[in-house]
Amino acid sequence: MSPTLTAGTLTFDGPWALLRGLPRKVPDTVKAVSTESISANEQADRQRAAWMAAAQAGDQRAYSRLLSDSVALIRAVARRQGVALDALDDVVQETLLTVHRVRHTFDPARSFDAWLSAIASRRAIDVLRSHGRRDRREVHDELAYEMHADRDDASADTERKQEATRLRAAIDTLPPGQREAVEQLGLKERSLAEAAESTGRKTGALKVNLHRALKTLRDRLNGEP
Amino acid sequence: MSEPVRHQALIDTLGAELTPVRRLLPPWQRALGWLAVVAVIAAVLFVRYGAHTMLHRWAVAPDLGWAACGALVTAVTAVLAAFVLAVPGRPLAWAWLPLPSAMLWIGASGLGCLRAHIPGLPVMDMHEANHCLIFIISFSVPLSALLVWLLRRACPLRPTLTAVMTGLASASASACLLEICHNVDATASDLLMHALAIAIVVGVNAMMGGRLLSRH
Repeated sequence: MSPTLTAGTLTFDGPWALLRGLPRKVPDTVKAVSTESISANEQADRQRAAWMAAAQAGDQRAYSRLLSDSVALIRAVARRQGVALDALDDVVQETLLTVHRVRHTFDPARSFDAWLSAIASRRAIDVLRSHGRRDRREVHDELAYEMHADRDDASADTERKQEATRLRAAIDTLPPGQREAVEQLGLKERSLAEAAESTGRKTGALKVNLHRALKTLRDRLNGEP
Repeated sequence: MSEPVRHQALIDTLGAELTPVRRLLPPWQRALGWLAVVAVIAAVLFVRYGAHTMLHRWAVAPDLGWAACGALVTAVTAVLAAFVLAVPGRPLAWAWLPLPSAMLWIGASGLGCLRAHIPGLPVMDMHEANHCLIFIISFSVPLSALLVWLLRRACPLRPTLTAVMTGLASASASACLLEICHNVDATASDLLMHALAIAIVVGVNAMMGGRLLSRH
């Protein structure tokens, strides 16, 4: 059997199976194609098309194998488009997401590789464009890297800890009502309703207390009385 | 193979979210669906206006008949091209499909202005020409909207090119519908209005349709 004939059979089978509402199984005919008449690439393509047909019917195992198998092809397409090595993973992720969203557009009678390559190539162009925009917007200044200390070095970490201790101390000095409001709404991130329930206060009172507390804290931490 | 491993988390998530999908019908079947809507509108216009004026015009001036044929074939080929282009992996060469018929349509309409006036039919004035412009645009808007809505279920990776096909299909289909209730002879101002209407429809589709179709 020639591959063309197989493809023809699948086209015919596809829509009718759908019209009858029958669950679609993986077309076994795909595997039955004689190996000597088609190249290894074509055979792999047929296999992926069969997996996708199964995935369209809800077969999760076939879908996972297909997606894992597709990563190399997506990367190859992206490289051909001129995507830098460090951005290849972005293209792979975006392409996989698009494949998932538009999986119903694949026709199992046609080449899966052509379908996937078209999507990957589009996503590669999107990534190239977004990187182009980012590069234009952001300034690379080697000197700035040298002049400014890293945010995450040891001294910055110590400084943050000291600030936290100062804030904690300042909160402890607040009147009980205000302290309660800060702890409930600020630190525990509760909603007004939850805080009102657990403290037995009215939401209006909590709001007023929080407002006053924040003003006191701002003054105290800024060194004012 | 470390590459799939790096994306394994996403692959697992997508696998877990997998639900069976209804496969998209072949482009020609989807194109037939849209053309059926156009045919229903045409049938309504035939009931209202009858076919005799149109046939009389074509008998006396065959170039108008050729132009109408060109518009009809353009509508069919452009809508087919739009649906094919909305499926990933299909060749871009499909965009050329409506070109020959569009040339026949435009060429024959242009020739219509050069020949002698059809006896017995009024020559169009500017008021009537405006009527043509409004007719083509007002029919093109719902036809384009329907087409864009249908195309959004597919995945047009070239949204602008697909939208140009959408505009061409709607404009030519509207020109065909106009042919049914057009009871005046072609003139230069008429042709100009047709050209303007089609340019507006295709242009607006390319601008707006491209954006509407590019969510994928």
